[in-house]
Amino acid sequence: MKCQKCEKPATFHITELTSGKPQELHLCEECAREYLTQPEGNETAASPSLAGQLAQHLAIGQTAQELARLDQQSCPVCGITFFDFRNKGRLGCPHDYVCFQTELEKLLLNIHGETEHVGKRPARSQGGTDEQTQLIRLRREMKEAIDEEHYERASELRDQMRKIKGDSDQ
Amino acid sequence: MVERHVDLESLARRCGEWLRGTGPQSDIVMSSRIRLARNLAEFPFISRASTGDRNEIEQALRGAVLDAGGAMRLDYLDVNQLEGIDRQFLVERQLISREHAESEGARGVAIDSGEQVSLMINEEDHLRIQVMHSGLDLRNAWTEISRIDDLVGERVTYAFSEKLGYLTACPTNVGTGMRVSVMLHLPALVLTRQIEKVFRSLQKINLAVRGLYGEGSQAMGDFYQISNQITLGKKEEQLVEQVGDVVPFIIDYERRAREALIKESHENLHDRVSRAYGILRTAQTISSEETMHLLSSVRMGVNLGLINDLEIPTINQLFIHTQPAHLQKLRGVELDTADRNIERARYLRRHLNKDDGRDSGQQN
Repeated sequence: MKCQKCEKPATFHITELTSGKPQELHLCEECAREYLTQPEGNETAASPSLAGQLAQHLAIGQTAQELARLDQQSCPVCGITFFDFRNKGRLGCPHDYVCFQTELEKLLLNIHGETEHVGKRPARSQGGTDEQTQLIRLRREMKEAIDEEHYERASELRDQMRKIKGDSDQ
Repeated sequence: MVERHVDLESLARRCGEWLRGTGPQSDIVMSSRIRLARNLAEFPFISRASTGDRNEIEQALRGAVLDAGGAMRLDYLDVNQLEGIDRQFLVERQLISREHAESEGARGVAIDSGEQVSLMINEEDHLRIQVMHSGLDLRNAWTEISRIDDLVGERVTYAFSEKLGYLTACPTNVGTGMRVSVMLHLPALVLTRQIEKVFRSLQKINLAVRGLYGEGSQAMGDFYQISNQITLGKKEEQLVEQVGDVVPFIIDYERRAREALIKESHENLHDRVSRAYGILRTAQTISSEETMHLLSSVRMGVNLGLINDLEIPTINQLFIHTQPAHLQKLRGVELDTADRNIERARYLRRHLNKDDGRDSGQQN
């Protein structure tokens, strides 16, 4: 893909979330740096531009090669790649917070200035256990098995899911 | 679990509690709103959820929400089955978000009869709980929403991490998952061109400002929403305070701007307000934008005693009832833009002219 502002290959993929609909920008490193360092102008809405902030951080701290490598990393549970996340600004499952921990921590610090929750806790605080993460993965694998018409595999996966659910109900 | 089904036509004729203008400082503070973002631990977030996942999430949460809200007598709307106009109607009513209206697949909303509580299922997160009160009333809104959150949380397992708190689809919401916002009517600050200054100082303390219904910074009817940007690393009560503490300053600023206008250009202000009222009472065709703009002047005029034959709840209701989907629901037919403008003018004349104006709150 070519940079939207010049002829060089686009290595930075920025999703702006400031105006209602997400706007995608594909830029080369030089144009991205220029874009990210320009002042916000007369913008009055202070909605958080997540991907903008992320890209800003990445533009400073990472080379294009490092970014390209990072982009290809994917979550073993939901299958989302870091590139997908950067493009859409949305994560795929709770496990992404573990899987992309290093990158997300920098981002969270950027957005919130903190990286630890101090607020309320749910009554059932067993959220994010291995069983639940496994259920997300098994669901995805079962759907893929069905899509590929591997019904035997799908039924095995369904049994595994039933077993986990049954265990956790007891 | 009792599932009730709301009739949108009768909902259209009513007016939500938060529009009654009864809460503290409600001449300037239209409403206080808190929303919490929650997800189920054993499902992927919406962007990676299959059709089957979405159906399962919707079923699980519908059951949990209606069971938890037993005493509140919640109505459930299957948003996926609704016509476009009905979804738009719920957006205008602030019961669902635009994103929720425009997305696809299994999704729904549970609302209480006073329209103060709404629980959106399969929005950006699996569950978005919202509580909206009239005027500046964030503390009570927090107590109420936290209780609802506890009740739902006893019935499902939320995605929660010891370190990061409630896990959300977008990292901007992680931690408390909480957005605290206050809707302010600031016509005098707009008129005296001081609104930008307010924006800049709010941004410095990490608060976001948005216009109501408008895209980006364009505010319709001089309504602005102020909310927290940070959701992680602070207790919920601190976030409530952060927004709540700054509002009295803005109220004071708006009041002083109004006093200055009265003192320095009383005739001009009175003229502006009276002309706005005149147009709204006599126009034969009028756009939604012009209506919001003029209603804003009239609302300020009533608050300043320049108009004496109108009540604030009537004006609050007109802001909502003259929106496109509301007009069509109230009329009971679909209308194109030109016909809507005619219908809007007719609706305004009927509700603002003396003979029917007084009890307009009770009529449709």
